[in-house]
Order: sequence, then structure tokens, then C-alpha cells
Amino acid sequence: MANLSGYRRPYPGTQPNHLHPPYVSSIKRAPSKPLVYLPHTLSEVTGPVFDASSIDVKACDLTRQHSGEPLGERIIVSGRVLDENGRPVPHTLVEVWQANAAGRYRHKVDQHHAPLDPNFTGCGHTLTDANGHYRFVSIRPGCYPWRNHYNAWRPAHIHFSLFGPAFATRLVTQMFFPGDPLLPFDPIFNCTADEKARNRLISTFDWETTMPEHALGFKFDIILSGRLSTPWEK
Amino acid sequence: MSLQASTSQTVGPYFHIGLSRLYVNDLASPGVSGQRVEIEGRLLDADGQGVPDGMIEIWQANAHGKYAHPEDQQDKPVEPGFQGYGRTPTAEDGSFHFKTIKPGRVPGPDGKLQAPHIDVSVFTRGLLRRLVTRIYFPDDEANSGDSVLNLVDPSRRHTLIAKKSAERDGVIEWNVVLQGSDETVFFDC
Repeated sequence: MANLSGYRRPYPGTQPNHLHPPYVSSIKRAPSKPLVYLPHTLSEVTGPVFDASSIDVKACDLTRQHSGEPLGERIIVSGRVLDENGRPVPHTLVEVWQANAAGRYRHKVDQHHAPLDPNFTGCGHTLTDANGHYRFVSIRPGCYPWRNHYNAWRPAHIHFSLFGPAFATRLVTQMFFPGDPLLPFDPIFNCTADEKARNRLISTFDWETTMPEHALGFKFDIILSGRLSTPWEK
Repeated sequence: MSLQASTSQTVGPYFHIGLSRLYVNDLASPGVSGQRVEIEGRLLDADGQGVPDGMIEIWQANAHGKYAHPEDQQDKPVEPGFQGYGRTPTAEDGSFHFKTIKPGRVPGPDGKLQAPHIDVSVFTRGLLRRLVTRIYFPDDEANSGDSVLNLVDPSRRHTLIAKKSAERDGVIEWNVVLQGSDETVFFDC
């Protein structure tokens, strides 16, 4: 147990700093003192396990949660969850939430005067398969205004939450859409110094998963922290 | 093959839509063994204001010091009905609470046992990455020898150790101060 293998730490610049003043909400919520390096112990290399019994198999289709179909452009979002060593992360929980096609969240705090859609809640979840693949059917979320600065608009995005195999691999992120003209102006998207790293949050349009007469496909792979060395390599 | 972990982004103000399904703040069903404990706390910003749109997740071992996870190979019993995972949103005043059991001791980085502790993730609008911290237990004699606590400047260790409630037995109080002079210790995890 003493030679337990931990998970990798982020490469410099590939993760946001906690304090990012252009994102105004970070100013009073970001810690000001340096983080203390935590060696990964059994507590950090383990984490909650969710199996098929805790999943609603229908929850991967956000367009079929109500009696009618939601308004908007149907999309299929799929990809793989891999670790930094390129290995698939199988049977891991992926949770998503998003605004509707008009850019409105079904949430009491969202008072944007765009219509709610009675046929769209905007939440879903699924488990990756044995090869790390996941797939959601949804509608393309709209852009929406927020009050970070004058005339601030969020680019269209879908929120993703993942656990991976361990406490150390927990990740909450957002997926964006290619060609969104708001991306260069969004302080949240631009919080990461490394340009390549932030661009990996932009999904790619994908013919292979586009369904004729039905929905456009977008690919979005997610990478979780990888083991420094895996037990079977020792 | 070497990839880089995806960039973190904030949970934003609307996470309730997608994450409420797994809200659980009562972790120990009646059959689970161990000392019951209630954790009460508040998530506070730099001005000492409660953060009303935060989310706290916890991860802990059972009373025997065993995690419900395949990588825990210790010869200790698992407790059916105890997953060791909790998730709760903060209330309007930033408060949160969990009912759980005090975890047993688990091995540490040096092979010595760690003091009983709970791993914590903090998410909120304004945090571009989760914050990681730990809850330790008041008056536990193992705290002084804990190898993780001992990595922390002595003047800040108290932020990781819950306090006994003056009024209620079995209740411990532990706040998360995001920023300021009494800022909670957060870990690079």
C-alpha cells in the first residue's frame, strides 16, 4: 500500500487558475493562498462507483423525456472518455445539463426572457460502455446573456460532470460547438492559458454519427487524469 | 501514448438541473455500523457571505476504514448499504449538512494509518476548478500524527478539523471559507 500509484497532475497552463478576474464571480470565491500538495493515498485513488443499477437507460435521450418533442435542432453528442494514458475509462458515469434551444435553463434562478420548452428539461446521464464510449441525443442549446460584463453572452455549451475511477479524477467541464462566434469573447472558455487545451473543449462536427433525416452529430472526447504508472505495469 | 486531461470549467449556477438526481446527504442507513455523526457547515465567500449556489461532495471509508471501491484490497469488511459518497447543494445562506458515520483509519502515503477523515470537493459558480479539502474529527488523538495534516502549516490546520457543536451531541461543525484570513486549506489533488 505504501507504493500506491497516484494520478498525474495537470500540465502547466492546461487547467484554469482559480482566480480569473475577467470572470467576475471568481474574484470573491477563488482561494488566495497556495494549494497544499496532497499525495494521493487510498482516499484519493478510490471514489464512488455507479453501476447499471443506478442508471436510467432512457436518460441518455434528452428529447424523449416528455409527451412531445422539444423545439430546436436535434443533435447527437458522442465520444469517448479516455485517461491520459490513452486507455478507455469504462462504465463511468457521465452527467449533462444544458439550456434549451432558446437559451433558457429550466431553473428558478434563470430569468432570461426566452421561452421555456415544456418538452425539454435539459438533463441527462449515462454510463460509458466497456470501451469508454458514450452517446446522448439532445437539441442544440441556445446562447444566452449573463451579467458578467456589458452585453455578455455565453457561447452555446453543454455542461459535463464525470467521476472516473477515483476521487482524484473528478471533472466538471463544458462542451462547446465549432464555429461559435462568441467563443473568443467568453471569459469562462478563455480561462485556460493553453490555447490547445481550451480548444479541446470544442466539439467537432461529425458525419459518421450524423443521422440522415434526423440529427447532426458532434464528437467530444473527454480525457481524465491518468495513472502515473498502472498496477499491471509494475 | 500521452494525452492531457480535459480542462475544467465551472459548474455555473444551474447545476441543479443535471446533478440533483444524485443528491444524498444521509449516507448511513440504519443497519450500517459505526458512530453516527452529523456535519453542519456553511460555504462562505471572501466577505463572509454564504454561497447559495454551491455544491459539496464527500467521499469516505466505512467505520472499519474500508472504501467501497475495487482498489481497496484491505482485508476489512465492506458494509452493504454504505457507499461512502454524498452530494448536497448549499442552501440560501450557504449552509449544508450531512449525516454519516465516522470513518475508520486508512493507510497513508508513508504506510502509516491516517487519522479518520473525509475527502471533500467544493463546486460553485465562480470556481473554474473544484476545490479539494478534507474534514478531520475533533479530539481525535490520531490527528497529531496524520501525515497529510502535518503537510499543512500549523497555523492553518484548524481549518481542516471540525469542531464539536456546543449545543448538540453527535454534531460537528465545519465551514468552508473560500478566501480570506481564515481561508480553508485546499489541496492540489
